[in-house]
Amino acid sequence: MVKWVKKDLLGLEYLSREEIELVLYTADSFKEVTTRQIKKVPALRGKTVVNLFYEPSTRTRTSFELAAKRLSCDVINIAVEASSVAKGETLIDTGRNVEALNIDIIVVRHSSSGAPYILSRAVKASVVNAGDGWHEHPTQALLDMYTLKSKLGRIEGLSVSIIGDIAHSRVARSNIWGLTKLGAKVTVCAPPTLIPIGIEKFGVRVTSDIDEAIRGADAINVLRMQFERDSMQAFPSRIEYFKQYGITEERLEKAKPGLVVMHPGPINRGVEMSSEVADGPRSVILEQVTNGIAVRMAVLYLVANAKEHLTLPSPPSGERKKVRGKETQFEQ
Amino acid sequence: MNSSTNRYLIKNGRLIDPANKIDGEFDILIAGSKVESVGKGLKNNNAEVVDAKGKIVAPGLVDMHVHLREPGREDKETIETGTLAAIRGGITSVAAMPNLEPQAVDSAGMVKRVNDIAKAKARANVFVIGAITRNREGKELADIKGMKRHGAVAVSDDGASVQDERLLSAALKEAKKNSILVISHCDDRRISGQGVINEGFIATKLGLRGIPKSAEYEFVRRDIELAKKTGASLHIAHVSCKESCDIIRAAKRSHLAITAETAPHYFTLTEECCVTYDTNTKMNPPLRTKDDVAAIKKALADGVIDAIASDHAPHSLHDKDIEFDKAAFGIIGLETSLGLAAAELIGNKTLGWAGLIARMSSNPAKILGIKRGGLGKGATADIVIIDPDKEWIYEGASIASKSKNSPFIGWKLKGRVTEVFVNGTPHPPLSPKGRGEGEGKFLGASLCHT
Repeated sequence: MVKWVKKDLLGLEYLSREEIELVLYTADSFKEVTTRQIKKVPALRGKTVVNLFYEPSTRTRTSFELAAKRLSCDVINIAVEASSVAKGETLIDTGRNVEALNIDIIVVRHSSSGAPYILSRAVKASVVNAGDGWHEHPTQALLDMYTLKSKLGRIEGLSVSIIGDIAHSRVARSNIWGLTKLGAKVTVCAPPTLIPIGIEKFGVRVTSDIDEAIRGADAINVLRMQFERDSMQAFPSRIEYFKQYGITEERLEKAKPGLVVMHPGPINRGVEMSSEVADGPRSVILEQVTNGIAVRMAVLYLVANAKEHLTLPSPPSGERKKVRGKETQFEQ
Repeated sequence: MNSSTNRYLIKNGRLIDPANKIDGEFDILIAGSKVESVGKGLKNNNAEVVDAKGKIVAPGLVDMHVHLREPGREDKETIETGTLAAIRGGITSVAAMPNLEPQAVDSAGMVKRVNDIAKAKARANVFVIGAITRNREGKELADIKGMKRHGAVAVSDDGASVQDERLLSAALKEAKKNSILVISHCDDRRISGQGVINEGFIATKLGLRGIPKSAEYEFVRRDIELAKKTGASLHIAHVSCKESCDIIRAAKRSHLAITAETAPHYFTLTEECCVTYDTNTKMNPPLRTKDDVAAIKKALADGVIDAIASDHAPHSLHDKDIEFDKAAFGIIGLETSLGLAAAELIGNKTLGWAGLIARMSSNPAKILGIKRGGLGKGATADIVIIDPDKEWIYEGASIASKSKNSPFIGWKLKGRVTEVFVNGTPHPPLSPKGRGEGEGKFLGASLCHT
């Protein structure tokens, strides 16, 4: 298996298929950890993670925080208010000041696309992108793919439809990169005004017909409609959106029997999805949340050890015992 | 002849003087600030001899689109540092855009102010461009007549378009009455909005707001139409896309008094260069596609684009070293304009040296109506001597401009400026350390993938 050498995780565009597979594989062993009675391993004891969030976020920040804590990291949360940006400290200054505290990993969420990229060039610490503008949200896509794989056993050859505001969605972009690299057939579906120019060059099928997107799909990933942002201009109303694009039981009648329904959350019930679907048997929305911790543990573990070229954590079978034994040693 | 007058004899060079239809081995004798004679085998006659064997001798370059930032933002550039950078690039005359902060050049007093600073500090000739509207706000006309009387060579709201069509129409009429050129920065804000990069796959991939090409070419079309109606002289600044070239080509075919310029980054870089979120690839208009680069080169070759101008836009590091969508637009260009043009256009046979000198000297001088860009007897002795095949590396440490915002640092360029005369006085164009001649790569159009 390929060795992880990247100090940062900036986006899935920049990863190879093998590297993505390595994250999912690594997440598998951490998934097991999260189901133990004592959900903690000393894998990153002594390391410090800073969650540097320029946008409000509850679930992603909590997920990263738990992931770090379960690896025995120290965690600091910094919520940068828009007002303190106005006071004049630049992103790079903030990053360097944080780094001067001798921390190891900066997890950054930012409203400007490319902000993690710019930060990563300015600091020696690892930078993990927790969502930047409309650009990428790599850990979300990784946890989506992890969930898909655990549900359907594979990614290769699956038909996955991403439905919603593709134009302004970092979740969509990361999913497209990741899924296409792993050999899935991806369809994006949105009202024409929310399909960005050149999207077909990602190697995806593009449609504005919701029924077409559902028909034949093994999974659908339904995006949050951010009507408070730019999408508002592009569509008349929430009700109108629900009528035309909302995922309902009725719409899913024509779907494949084993269809998997995903959503990155938080859900707008009655806008992009009905409650019946969100809470129904096809929905894996809460599993996504649970898997998010294992995937983020894997990401933190890999980037933290990138420069040290440590051996990987336990594979799902076989050698696992040995590694676990080592972990137990550390615990004592 | 006064014995104290400076006299220089430039011998053995290839003199390229497109305004006088000269391209051949001629000597040129400078006396004081003027050209005394041009001819073969001139006697040195107590003049200091400059041997230009193997080199090109040409009228000093004229950069008709430069931001000097003074008075107001001397932290980014001053008239002194900006014109020093110009000399390094073989440029002996610059036209300074009026978008100063906090006060634009929109009155006779401001024109005089810039001219006074230039008189005291400039190393090269500075020609002032005034604003079209008061403080470039696009609401009411600036004092075009007063500015012209105090020496403004053109008017422009560069950095923005006059969005209001009726106001622009009035400006063109006023400009015609006062025989002054109008320079249009074409950007329909209703189309470009908050965009920061060319609209298309790259913008989509990077998650950045796009600027459609139509924001530029719709206003090229509109402004040409208005110039036709009013009879005013119109110059289109920094043409970046194919459609604009086509519209200008058609206008020229119907014999309208339209001229146009492009900047070196529009024929050496594409939107692909933005993929690392390097804010030195953020400019307005934005970098476009390979097809646009090809169209710009074609338009330069066939004369649809008359001039190459740098759009030298100095910005401090703290205005650039930030998030892409928040960073300032623009790059510096005075020191690299010739080197990029020589490497990309002559190297790829788009233009010959004579064509290049025309687009960088005689054409812009003619468009601005300034007595520069030619080396006939009695002309002002603004001269550049270029070692045409000499390759050199643009090094960050050698930059004369106060700002360093260039995507070309580390590039190997061509055509080294060895001597510059401004009003008959020699200026050393090289930095004290000289320029690097070691490793470096000319990347050229669209080859800046990482």
